[in-house]
Amino acid sequence: MATQHSRSAARLMMAPAVVLLLGWMLIPLTMTLYFSFKKYLPLRGGDLGWVGFENYVRFVTSSAFWPSVMTTLIIVGGVLAITVLFGILLAILLNQPMWGQGVVRILVIAPFFVMPTVSALVWKNMFMDPNYGLLAHLWEFFGAEPVQWLSQASLTSIVMIVSWQWLPFATLILLTAIQSLDSEQLEAAEMDGAPATKRFAYITLPHLGRAITVVILIQTIFLLSIFAEIFVTTGGAFGTKTLTYLIYQRVLESQNVGLGSAGGVYAIILANIVAIFLMRIVGKNLDA
Amino acid sequence: MSFRNSVYAATAMSLVTAGGAFAEIITIATVNNGDMIRMQGLTDDFTAKTGHEVEWVTLEENVLRQRVTTDISTKGGAFDIMTIGMYETPIWGANGWLVPLDDLSAEYDVDDLLPAMRSGLSHEGTLYAAPFYGESSMIMYRTDLMEKAGLEMPKAPTWQFIREAAAAMTDRDNDINGICLRGKAGWGEGGAFITVTGNSFGARWFDEDWNAQFDQPEWAEALNFYVDMMNESGPAGFATNGFNENLSLFQQGKCGMWIDATVAASFVTDPEDSTVADKVGFALAPNSEGVEKRANWLWAWALAIPAGTQKEDAAMQFIEWATSKDYIELVAEKEGWANVPPGARSSLYENPEYQKVPFAQMTLDSIKAADPQNPTVEPVPYVGIQFVAIPEFAGIATEVSQEFSAAYAGQQTVEEALAKAQALTNDAMEAAGYR
Amino acid sequence: MARAVTQQRKIINTAAAWAVGLLIFFPILWTILTSFKTEAQAIADPPIFLGFDWTLENYSAVMERSNYGRFLWNSVIIAGGSTILGIIIAIPAAWSMAFVPSKRTKDILLWMLSTKMLPAVGVLYPIYLLFIQLGILDTKVGLVIVLMLINLPIIVWMLYTYFKEIPGEILEAARMDGASLKDEVLYVLTPMAIPGIASTLLLNVILAWNEAFWTLNLTAAKAAPLTAFIASYSSPEGLFYAKLSAASTMAIAPILILGWFSQKQLVSGLTFGAVK
Repeated sequence: MATQHSRSAARLMMAPAVVLLLGWMLIPLTMTLYFSFKKYLPLRGGDLGWVGFENYVRFVTSSAFWPSVMTTLIIVGGVLAITVLFGILLAILLNQPMWGQGVVRILVIAPFFVMPTVSALVWKNMFMDPNYGLLAHLWEFFGAEPVQWLSQASLTSIVMIVSWQWLPFATLILLTAIQSLDSEQLEAAEMDGAPATKRFAYITLPHLGRAITVVILIQTIFLLSIFAEIFVTTGGAFGTKTLTYLIYQRVLESQNVGLGSAGGVYAIILANIVAIFLMRIVGKNLDA
Repeated sequence: MSFRNSVYAATAMSLVTAGGAFAEIITIATVNNGDMIRMQGLTDDFTAKTGHEVEWVTLEENVLRQRVTTDISTKGGAFDIMTIGMYETPIWGANGWLVPLDDLSAEYDVDDLLPAMRSGLSHEGTLYAAPFYGESSMIMYRTDLMEKAGLEMPKAPTWQFIREAAAAMTDRDNDINGICLRGKAGWGEGGAFITVTGNSFGARWFDEDWNAQFDQPEWAEALNFYVDMMNESGPAGFATNGFNENLSLFQQGKCGMWIDATVAASFVTDPEDSTVADKVGFALAPNSEGVEKRANWLWAWALAIPAGTQKEDAAMQFIEWATSKDYIELVAEKEGWANVPPGARSSLYENPEYQKVPFAQMTLDSIKAADPQNPTVEPVPYVGIQFVAIPEFAGIATEVSQEFSAAYAGQQTVEEALAKAQALTNDAMEAAGYR
Repeated sequence: MARAVTQQRKIINTAAAWAVGLLIFFPILWTILTSFKTEAQAIADPPIFLGFDWTLENYSAVMERSNYGRFLWNSVIIAGGSTILGIIIAIPAAWSMAFVPSKRTKDILLWMLSTKMLPAVGVLYPIYLLFIQLGILDTKVGLVIVLMLINLPIIVWMLYTYFKEIPGEILEAARMDGASLKDEVLYVLTPMAIPGIASTLLLNVILAWNEAFWTLNLTAAKAAPLTAFIASYSSPEGLFYAKLSAASTMAIAPILILGWFSQKQLVSGLTFGAVK
């Protein structure tokens, strides 16, 4: 069907996007690789010569490295688990007949519109502050000792904040998928006396497979690089330093561009490992 | 705003008779502290006087620091004036990144700048940034609670007295914490505070060969003292409290004592924002018994011109305006003497009007008690009191203070935190080629 | 009987959904409420929900201090410009992937997405130097380009999934009628894909609006959008909850309103090919 003519036309049409992204990938990537082999300290006069793999060794042997990889995985994994789980429940709920469905949907998707900096500031100050935060008042109201969220439950707090931001996205995609579910099939199963849990496990969940895949894929890409939520709330203290944040510390706080660049290369490797892992597990759902 | 500015500019232009002067628009990066916000509000006065207009880039401290450092080290030229501190100025000046301020006008009276401020903002005798305001640290305490506890604050107390007084003032049922101190991670937050506390216990960051000193008993003593005292008498969650958090706690009457920047004095005595405005006393920052150094730091927020800006003349005019005696008068006239930018000029402290301000004398005494050239009991190879004036320090101290904050929050012991601090400091110093 | 059950279920559903919806929305509501309080009321213990003296003083303080109009305008131009430019570049690419697929189409798509995984902070210095060289530091053009590149993979992917659902026969028919490739894309395909394009547009405006690393680090005064505006209110001296709330409300209100008005389009189109 596709002629030679349309094939070359297709290539031509794809060219701008591909070339641009290739440039956007290659230029920074090349520069990152270049800097990662250099001793590059902006505050000490910039480029101080080649150092081989020294930056790579130093970055990975730093006591902060493995904890930061773990933190990254915990945050990504935690947020994915929460958003997918609650996203499914919420999508099912929102798909039921009710009054004011449109308004409820608006309320649910609203957090997605809030910029990460603002949501981090609001959560940190107005909810999680141990003295003035609303959660502290709530705990006190029930006679409990207020939780010091950002120091004693720091990772949980960040997972909560980020999940709040991404739950709407997951819910929306899952909701659209549920709406496309053939209701006759479900009704038939109900007639046959299949209990709700079974109907969910054998009909709804398989149908949602693709949507869950999409949610996991897109969110992972964004979650691997979350920054503002940590910068604003804990500044990397209390075990909340992700790999991205560690690179930030090396590049901007320590002003060691070479070391940070080596960290950048590790981050790319980690992202690719996660991506391959994802493809293995969920890729079959994604017949692009 | 910009319309009004241009009207002023036009008026000013018509007033300028000497040839060659023409209006520029300068871009200034600054921090979102109260005094700078006030300066922003008074920009019209500058525009009226010189014809130049100002674009403000006001950012939170950490963002500002990251923004201006990137720009200056790449010679980006995004700003004509940068607001920087006593830490950055000598380092950047040494790199030749700043325009030397050695050509200030006679009426600016550069000799009027407080010697401590001037030397802290110079490199090899050349001034690279003009102090907008300067500060040390001191004790602010509630006179009423002190009296209730049956104690009297000496003018120069020791840490041992402070701990005792804090315990006596603490009243958990009424939500009163004997003492509020910084615990928040970050080299300029809790890092600065614990460093001066260390100094006042005889500890130091490095020995003369740049070896980290966190394995020394003085540090263990200082850190344990701090943690024990805060657990006894500090507010819940002090591990995340910085300047702002403590300020609002104090203003809400929840602290008996607070040791922090001298500039806070004008906030805690301002009846509009503070519920305890008329019950605040001041004293010198403490030392540990038998240690000569006190927990006084020295800091200035200063205005500097990045080398290579096209608008050097206009920028220089702005700096002369903003850090002048006239500017202080201008603020005094509009907002009262208590709200003028403190700690930069000697003449301010000689002014009889300003001497009536309750915290003026203690601020000056605190500044004078700070000596950046000799910050610690034992000799050190560095300059700076609550910081070490080397480019690597900000990164190292932020990580060290994160370890400390984790200890404050009870996530690790003081010993663990010190061991980690020792290792990571030596590691980073090695990477930088000091050891 | 059956009817009564349904009615009862509907009541339960409604109650549950509203409860959950309000819970999720509450932080935003609380921020908006706080923005109308005085600083003292904002930290009152116990917290005040509605019975406070409503005031606009925080908004006037923010307006007096910051040139909100310019931040807003910059945000609009940067978010809108980058999205529109991205869509113009993405449409032909998505078209060719959807209608002339090859073995490598899936790989190319995934590769495009993978370009988003490079941690931004690691390349701040290189990109900053590049921007200086090109003279586009602190310009809207520079940010439009960067944000377009950041979001391009998402745009291509979204459009591709919509295009794929359009039956190929229609294009065949158009081709039979002698439509050129250009006509085909412009007059046949694009109109059919309008809902999909609308939803892509909305999602990417939101993403670009909320991007806070590059927009903050590559701007000074002239091109700074609302992300920089909020950075000047994040931790000032003294009490600031009410002013922070006002500034926050001002930063998110435009996109919140846009989102609410267009949520139907956003919802109906946001599938990423998840629905067969």
